[in-house]
Amino acid sequence: MTIQFTADNVYDLAPADLVHPDKVAGRMYTDPEIFELEMSKIFERTWVWVAHESELPKAGSFKSTHVGRQPVIVSRDRKGNLHTLLNRCRHRGASVCEQRTGTANGFTCPYHAWSYGLDGTLRGIPYPDGYENVMGKEGMGLKKLRTEAYGGMIFATFDHDAEPLEESLGDVRGWIDRFFAQGGGYPVKVLGTHQFRFRGNWKIQLENTTDGYHFPIVHRSWMASVDSETADMMSFMTDPAAVTHDLGNGHSVAQMVPEHSDLTEDDGSETLQARFDPLVAELRGAGLDDAAIRKLVRSMHGTGFNLNLFPNVSMSISFLRVLRPISVDETIIEHVALGSDGPAEIVDPVNRERMRIHEHFQGPFGFGTPDDAEGWDRVQRGSVGGPELPIMVNRGLGREHPSQQGWPTSHVTDETGMRGAYGKWKELMSDD
Amino acid sequence: MTDTTVITETTVITETTAIAAPVTVSRPRPPVAAKPKPGAWAVELDRLDLPVADVPTSDPRVVRAVDLIAREAELLDRKDYKSWQDLYTPESLYIIPIDPEETDFANTLNMVYDDAKMRALRVTRMSEGYAIAAVDSAKTVRTLGRVVPASVTDTVVALRAAQTLIAYKRGRHDIWAANVDYTIHLGASPAQDRIGGKVVRLIDGADSVPAAGFLL
Repeated sequence: MTIQFTADNVYDLAPADLVHPDKVAGRMYTDPEIFELEMSKIFERTWVWVAHESELPKAGSFKSTHVGRQPVIVSRDRKGNLHTLLNRCRHRGASVCEQRTGTANGFTCPYHAWSYGLDGTLRGIPYPDGYENVMGKEGMGLKKLRTEAYGGMIFATFDHDAEPLEESLGDVRGWIDRFFAQGGGYPVKVLGTHQFRFRGNWKIQLENTTDGYHFPIVHRSWMASVDSETADMMSFMTDPAAVTHDLGNGHSVAQMVPEHSDLTEDDGSETLQARFDPLVAELRGAGLDDAAIRKLVRSMHGTGFNLNLFPNVSMSISFLRVLRPISVDETIIEHVALGSDGPAEIVDPVNRERMRIHEHFQGPFGFGTPDDAEGWDRVQRGSVGGPELPIMVNRGLGREHPSQQGWPTSHVTDETGMRGAYGKWKELMSDD
Repeated sequence: MTDTTVITETTVITETTAIAAPVTVSRPRPPVAAKPKPGAWAVELDRLDLPVADVPTSDPRVVRAVDLIAREAELLDRKDYKSWQDLYTPESLYIIPIDPEETDFANTLNMVYDDAKMRALRVTRMSEGYAIAAVDSAKTVRTLGRVVPASVTDTVVALRAAQTLIAYKRGRHDIWAANVDYTIHLGASPAQDRIGGKVVRLIDGADSVPAAGFLL
């Protein structure tokens, strides 16, 4: 039985009762106790995205990041194995690495110089006589998370009993494969990362990458600033082929540009955008044939969908959107720009153009991101009011239907993906 | 006391080396030694060798350049973006890199990498009323100081300056601190002086900053 929200009961209901099939309680954005539960029940139990393999290109490569609120280091050891290590010395708790990325032989705590290998093993303790007959080095390495990868996407979890990553991803895997076809015949690599923070709950951002409805409203100034071909490409509001699928486990895919959902399919009817004419000329000068050029240039805007992976990463058209919850009302977002990885004379001009496209929309001074952030700030400020009034996620319920694959499906402007994510949230928050 | 090996594994950070010529004032990165000294946590800090013109800030050419950047700062604080863009030469770039030490802007991801065309689009966006971040943007006051003339000729003045900006919005004050490189083209008269390039190097550019509805 679903319990209706009232001003009297909404702060007493169990978290799982705050999610209905068509609405959720605004308290989910504002209650610090719920935030604490989310950190332990969601971010410390599910597979959380930590890196793309191109960020760890060689032995000794590392990246420091977070799983939920906990600081971690993702490293590649001498054998090429990936590790996710808690960034916390086993002695007195100091962080052992404060560089965002780099290469290292290992990690040494600055406080008493306990030193750890790339796999987290404790290698050295200064003046070890004080530990004679007290403690050995065995079992005193950096705490390790489970680390698994699919399609270059690296995930970690604190839950050593969690189902394997690939099972957790399920039908998402085929969409990850399609997403990385945007390398245009080359592997995909990270080109750079924008980071910004907004004063709002993390789930407001989780919703946003499966919210096609806001696009022509919030991003009108961006739409007005791009060429007409790009604006047409993003005019999905009335395109019946533009749909969102709920892929299960809280994951969903929103196909804004369905004709670009599978970039390996090309019937040759699409004209390359005129804005890329100088790039085409440059690639021709580098010796590429027309088919290879077409493959690269057709991929310049990325794939045609946002693939939203619960709880913290979206593979969004041409970049990765990564969210990091800081507190109940503060979230840090990364926008990770992607490009092709190949010979410099070919990929450098392509990647320069891709970075300019990314800068145009994304980042703290982009033509899109600041407007998104303003919208999210306003949700956080407004949802404090009327705690009995729900946050509506019912758009498109009347036209939702199973796809051929059995995925709940509706128009891309509908809230199917949000309903899927909140269903997973409810399941995880119910689990004791 | 028992003597023992203290540091067996030392973290060594490899910095990427910038390639292309900088747009404005040369800011060479310090050379990175292969390894730090035994027991040291980082390589010894080398001299930066930032270029310095043998000219005082009271030099009339520098005074004109400083007057122009103060005028620019006021236009940005007042959000008069249309007048602001007129201060730039058509060939100039207005750049906010992510990494404050970056020199190869074309081949890296920036926060802003605006030529004249992008500046014009940006001014339209900030002015026309569709962008909710710009419509309801923070009020800003910025202070420029610590001006160092990097090179001075009768036609071009390159300056390095510090900029501290306070942004106020909805009960909150944010601090935006930056080192700024300017290239100023001197015209026949002060009214014809123009900005030939500007790079705003936020000290926290590689970290998370708020999404902004104003310009630096």
